[in-house]
Amino acid sequence: MAEHRIKTPLSDEDVKKMKAGDKVYLSGTLFTARDAAHKRLVDLVKKGQPLPVDVKGQIIYYVGPAPAKPGQPIGSAGPTTSYRMDPYAPTLIERGLKGMIGKGPRGEAVVDSMKKHHAVYLAATGGAAALIAKSVTKSEVVAYEDLGAEAIRKLEVKDMPLIVAQDCHGGNLFEEGVKQYSRA
Amino acid sequence: MKEIQAGQITELVKKLCIDANYNLGDDVRRRLEDGLETEESPTGKAILEQILENADIARDDQVPMCQDTGFTVVFIELGQDVHVVGGDFNEAINEGVRQGYTEGYLRKSIVDDPIIERKNTKDNTPAVIHTTIVKGDKLKITVAPKGGGSENMSEVKMMKPADGIEGVKEFVIDKVKRSGGNPCPPIVVGVGLGGTFEKCAYLAKKALLRPLGEHNSDPKWSAVEKELLEKINKLGVGPQGLGGRTTALAVNIEAHPCHIASMPAAVNINCHAARHKEGIL
Repeated sequence: MAEHRIKTPLSDEDVKKMKAGDKVYLSGTLFTARDAAHKRLVDLVKKGQPLPVDVKGQIIYYVGPAPAKPGQPIGSAGPTTSYRMDPYAPTLIERGLKGMIGKGPRGEAVVDSMKKHHAVYLAATGGAAALIAKSVTKSEVVAYEDLGAEAIRKLEVKDMPLIVAQDCHGGNLFEEGVKQYSRA
Repeated sequence: MKEIQAGQITELVKKLCIDANYNLGDDVRRRLEDGLETEESPTGKAILEQILENADIARDDQVPMCQDTGFTVVFIELGQDVHVVGGDFNEAINEGVRQGYTEGYLRKSIVDDPIIERKNTKDNTPAVIHTTIVKGDKLKITVAPKGGGSENMSEVKMMKPADGIEGVKEFVIDKVKRSGGNPCPPIVVGVGLGGTFEKCAYLAKKALLRPLGEHNSDPKWSAVEKELLEKINKLGVGPQGLGGRTTALAVNIEAHPCHIASMPAAVNINCHAARHKEGIL
């Protein structure tokens, strides 16, 4: 179980280093998006139109934050369940998306895309939203403001604590971890 | 006959919305600390530590524990000698939600039309309100914000009487296994048995309100609760589904008479925040 301190944007080499079960402290820029924003992005790709954000080398964090209190850069901001974005993720990975942060396992199509194009899936602790918010130093809406909490935000983060849940080599902590600790 | 002002209801609902989202229950904290002691997975331990640290931050900084501040589910026990005056009962509750979610900087997570438009209602209303009439002159309000992730892993199954208690146990354990990390383990499992289709689901949610560690008063159900908790924690799902021995903090069963041809069973899963706070007017 290795520990990585990484900074965005990510290269293929960065992604290949990360193995399921490793700890990650992430710094740099993240983009946030959930179901509604993903649908809009993928619809644009299908129409051959440009995206409002360039995903090459970037990481998307699946989150819809609580409203910020005065003085806070962001409100509580833990991950939402990732499988809802499975239908959209491969399209963005093909376009250069290198990482996704969320909670819960990803399906086969996403993993195939991660293996083919070198992307990594990182788990943030669901419900540790106040703790995670403390690693966010800046937050601004960059697209789809009409979606409110589901808008695309650009975040600056410092040492955000994450775990490599599924890597680009087929490693899967959900499967390996459960097998290791099952006494059924 | 006791008069209660609609305004008092609004004020209490507002307070409970904020309290439930900011402050982890003592019983839940204890069960998480127990889990931390017995957890074998280093990743699992690290996650449980983060969850407990998060609860401290939320309480000290007065911010929500989770960004999903939930669908506001409100349970009311209305004493039959109470007379609510000064406004509409249901509107007073929704106004309390509106104010609580604004003043508490809580996320507004409700959309009006569930299928096509899905436009945010911007104030987290409407609440889902379950009102029971009871004896007496008190009005008891429980606010239980329910997150989407855990709710999405819930299920009602109209089983055959022949499936029996073993069929029920298999249904519950399999449900937890298939849910994996999605409902934010370690979870609280609410089980409803009997009733009708909708009553069964309601029982499963009501079961989530029981203080963790308390068992069903009927020994035959408390035995099943203990057995299910043990078997679920042997699945290896662990904190956030990444592997470990702490998959569930409690299993609570609520049972009810049912039809001779039916055996309804429901599982309503709650996350590790298990949010609910109550107050009495």
